[in-house]
Amino acid sequence: MSVDQNTVRRIARLARIRVGEEELPRLESELNAILQWIEMLGEVNTDNVEPLTSVVAMKMKMRDDVVTDGAIPGLVTANAPKSDDNFFMVPKVVE
Amino acid sequence: MNSMTRIADRKQWIKGATGDWEIVIGLEVHAQVTSQSKLFSGASAGYGGEPNDHVSLVDAAMPGMLPVINRFCVEQAVRTGLGLKAEIHKRSVFDRKNYFYPDLPQGYQISQYKQPVVGEGEVLLDLPEGQVKVGIERLHLEQDAGKSIHDQHPSMSYVDLNRSGVALMEIVSKPDMRSADEAKAYVTKLRTILRYLGTCDGNMDEGSLRADVNVSVRRPGEAFGTRCEIKNVNSIRFMGQAIEYEARRQIGILEDGGKIDQETRLFDARKVETRSMRSKEEAHDYRYFPDPDLLPLELDDAWIDAIKASLPELPDEKKARFVRDYGLSAYDADVLIAERETAAFFETIAKGRDGKLAANWVINELFGRLNKEGKSIADSPISADQLGAVVDLVAEGTISGKIAKDLFEIIWNEGGDPRAVVEARGMRQVTDTGAIEKAVDAIIAANPEKVQQAIAKPTMLGWFVGQVMKETGGKANPQAVNDLLKTKLGIA
Repeated sequence: MSVDQNTVRRIARLARIRVGEEELPRLESELNAILQWIEMLGEVNTDNVEPLTSVVAMKMKMRDDVVTDGAIPGLVTANAPKSDDNFFMVPKVVE
Repeated sequence: MNSMTRIADRKQWIKGATGDWEIVIGLEVHAQVTSQSKLFSGASAGYGGEPNDHVSLVDAAMPGMLPVINRFCVEQAVRTGLGLKAEIHKRSVFDRKNYFYPDLPQGYQISQYKQPVVGEGEVLLDLPEGQVKVGIERLHLEQDAGKSIHDQHPSMSYVDLNRSGVALMEIVSKPDMRSADEAKAYVTKLRTILRYLGTCDGNMDEGSLRADVNVSVRRPGEAFGTRCEIKNVNSIRFMGQAIEYEARRQIGILEDGGKIDQETRLFDARKVETRSMRSKEEAHDYRYFPDPDLLPLELDDAWIDAIKASLPELPDEKKARFVRDYGLSAYDADVLIAERETAAFFETIAKGRDGKLAANWVINELFGRLNKEGKSIADSPISADQLGAVVDLVAEGTISGKIAKDLFEIIWNEGGDPRAVVEARGMRQVTDTGAIEKAVDAIIAANPEKVQQAIAKPTMLGWFVGQVMKETGGKANPQAVNDLLKTKLGIA
């Protein structure tokens, strides 16, 4: 598996990372090197191995359906660059 | 019948310029899980609230916050799956669905992609043309997003995260519907099932139930056409309009020799049309991957069995029982089971009484009156016991059907024990033939011409019955009046 410059451009765009045209060749070869390295794992026979979902053998913890949190709108919006009446304010987004 | 081969009834086909077309519809319904707190945080899942008040630091996606799943939300999803006669997956996985939007602070929605908690099931629709089975493809749990408000400021949008992280069930149907009516019946039935189960309140005004509608057209029975997805339709009526509009739009393009672009569209309820949302196209690359913050969801049989044992009687079963035990028509049973509260109200009355008579009173008199005043069954000024007493008084012949309607009005407006009201106001039906006979004789004596007419044409008898009823203030037993008149006038 490998990526071309178009794919790199697209991935960057989807991740909202600004990548200049001049950076594409370098990223293309870096990403391909990583992919090649990961492909080495394909050499291991995993026919009878269960997929590893966690490094500790435990079940997912669950909580009861009780309201234990919230009612902290000031804290929630404390780091917002802009807020008004406990709403976050963001540049206008309309479809 | 198999979804690929089911062909709609001819009456549902759409006439185009070049021949008939058939609509194919599949629905993705987002149903908000009824719960106290959110899917992965302890903040309130209640509707409304002050801005950002139902928000924890988990919902706001602050760094280092970790999701912990709400057991009850899982239980609700499983309960819904069981109610849809669906397969429950004992192992399912939460994935991240990645996209950027201001009301999605995580930059991804936690959802279930390849391994949902519920698999295939079905919903049965009883339609005038017969029964239609709509397959359920899957049901999965996911987080709701926040809300953006665009009209507060000229250049800024306001974001409220109160809904962010509330548990949703996405219920995906197979492309088994063939008309707007079938799609509407499906959502109505699904809503009824969810409300019976208590897993979603089905309130479309508050957004608890919303649908994405996939529509395509084809020549009857041929291969599926290219579909368009209409996003976020929030009323059953709008959904019908959106489907009708979209089908005609697609047929227009195909008949002009064009082809359909698979795309996401938006329904404009004001203009009654669908419009392309081109901006959404690239965002469709969601780069799903398993959420490393969450372990797989594993359920054991004992837990699933306990939920199964707690299921209420479901709408289909209740309907069958009403038809069987109370002798109701399928239509009447359908009307009565639509809401659990209505069905319970009816049953309180029907127990030990004539089921059909009880159904008539509930559907025709009570519903008619409730609708007129915009009241729900919970606000009914007449209790089931009061209405039951009215039904008894009619059934035992104490009052006539006509007087019963007056009695209904009195109880509706003033309350009271129907039996006592009948006695206090002298509303008893006159079955005393002596009194009726006196009235009959008087009418006959006063109308010799009408008597001749009635003898020649027995349908005229109705006029006499009417006069006698008037004379007795509606309290005479109509059957007794009829019999007496026939004897007196010598009509067989």
